[in-house]
Amino acid sequence: MSHRAHIPIGPYHPLQEEPEFYKLVVEGEKVVDVDVRIGYNHRGIEKISEAKSYDQALFIVERICGICSSSHPIACAMAVEDIAGIEVPERALYIRSICQELERIHSHMLWLGLAGHFIGYNTVFMWAWKYREPICDIFETVTGNRQNYAMHKVGGVRRDIEKEHVPYILKRLDEFTKQLTMLKGAVLDDPVLHERLKGVGILTKEDAIDYAALGPTARASGVDIDVRRDYPYAAYDKLKWNVITRPEGDVFAKTVVRILEMFEAVSIIRQCLDKMPEGPIDAKPKDIPPGEGIGQIEAPRGECFHYIKSDGTNSPVRHKIRAPTYMNFPTFRETVIGETVSDATIILAAIDPCYCCTERMLVVDPGDKKVMDVNELIRLSQEKTAKIREKYS
Amino acid sequence: MTIDKILKDLTDKFGSRVLDITKKSDKRAYVNIYPKDIVEFVRYIFKEAGFRFNTASGVDDFDALEIIYHFSHDASGITVSLRAILEDKQDPHVDTITTITRSAWWIERELHELFGIGFDGNADLRRLLLPDDWPEGVYPLRKDFIPSKRDSRKA
Repeated sequence: MSHRAHIPIGPYHPLQEEPEFYKLVVEGEKVVDVDVRIGYNHRGIEKISEAKSYDQALFIVERICGICSSSHPIACAMAVEDIAGIEVPERALYIRSICQELERIHSHMLWLGLAGHFIGYNTVFMWAWKYREPICDIFETVTGNRQNYAMHKVGGVRRDIEKEHVPYILKRLDEFTKQLTMLKGAVLDDPVLHERLKGVGILTKEDAIDYAALGPTARASGVDIDVRRDYPYAAYDKLKWNVITRPEGDVFAKTVVRILEMFEAVSIIRQCLDKMPEGPIDAKPKDIPPGEGIGQIEAPRGECFHYIKSDGTNSPVRHKIRAPTYMNFPTFRETVIGETVSDATIILAAIDPCYCCTERMLVVDPGDKKVMDVNELIRLSQEKTAKIREKYS
Repeated sequence: MTIDKILKDLTDKFGSRVLDITKKSDKRAYVNIYPKDIVEFVRYIFKEAGFRFNTASGVDDFDALEIIYHFSHDASGITVSLRAILEDKQDPHVDTITTITRSAWWIERELHELFGIGFDGNADLRRLLLPDDWPEGVYPLRKDFIPSKRDSRKA
């Protein structure tokens, strides 16, 4: 009798926005093979976009992801601006940068909370999700919406930041920074977390390059890439910040990169509010000529890539969208294999995919007909942390 | 590295096999090549020149299918796109580049199911995005595919 068991994970969970299906093959505690199936949420947005005008296409791509609803429209607008050679007014560029960084903080906070939950730090989960509230409030002030901002358009942005709102934004940022500093100490100085996350799910630099990993996933493996610095867009060439990299490639490194990036993001927003010039916010483009264009931006999870081909009409002939998780996802083949099942949850979560998958894990052991669901897998993961914690207390 | 340097390196190395170069800006260029040369070009640009593979865009140009392989050089902010035009729409196929970089693993599966492009040498062309009961030979991103309100699987 084979000691191998298959663990189907997913694909659906009503609470989460993106379904995926994993199949883990385990021998005892050890994961020996992984396969993944995506597409359960394939809405054909690339095809839909071909039937929409450029203005409408931006609203469609905004709905690709509930978290990256600023990244996709900016990348799409930049691809169209690349075709037509549109110069975006400087003030609009600063506003784009502000939206991007708010979104980065928002996304990283959500990730931190869920990562905490998976390893049994439910306090971190509660804290992180509560502390992102100021960010959502700032989004509401800047764009009018807490989610799905409808802020970006080809040639600029739709709404200006009012002068009287700036003190409020700065005040909420102060509030957030104080809480983030506390959270950073609580997470990064905890010996239990060091033991739990260090050396777990290592992605080597060679693999990161070969898989073309992106964003925090690549930077935590020592690959020094950041679209904001390497392919300057929005106002990033006028701002100063640090690209955070770590050489280790494990889950802890990915956590450190994301936490420190949030501090950089706060600094970028402050600089933007300080330096932002007065002026128009929209170039008001009229026609899009035939041609092709590329938009690359740094979304919270890595480079978001849009390619648009135009034939001179009102809508694109081809609109190719490549979200960062598409490149980061396959790396889990390198990181999960050889690790234990109790670590699989946090390793899969470490690249920051959407969580539905890990939320609905099922372990089916055909030997003794044992069925494990996601709660049990998370419990396994949390028990491991508890054991380590006991050792330290 | 500058865009002129990489374009010159490509023409020096591949000569007449570089069919056409469109320099869009100081940061972007499109290079047309024969589909049969794709592996050699990708090996050079990924392994030797140190570019990162972004993705590949399939385009249905009515007369032919195109695959545009996008590569970015992070140290200098250059994006070079290699365009291979597949004339035979009945049986389009090209060599796989997954032998050079595993980052092309998923995108070749995607191009296979959405455009019906075959990748010679890629053993893993299973469905990625489309459901398993999607009819064979129906490629949704081709221009002759008209999405209907009715589920085609019911007909």
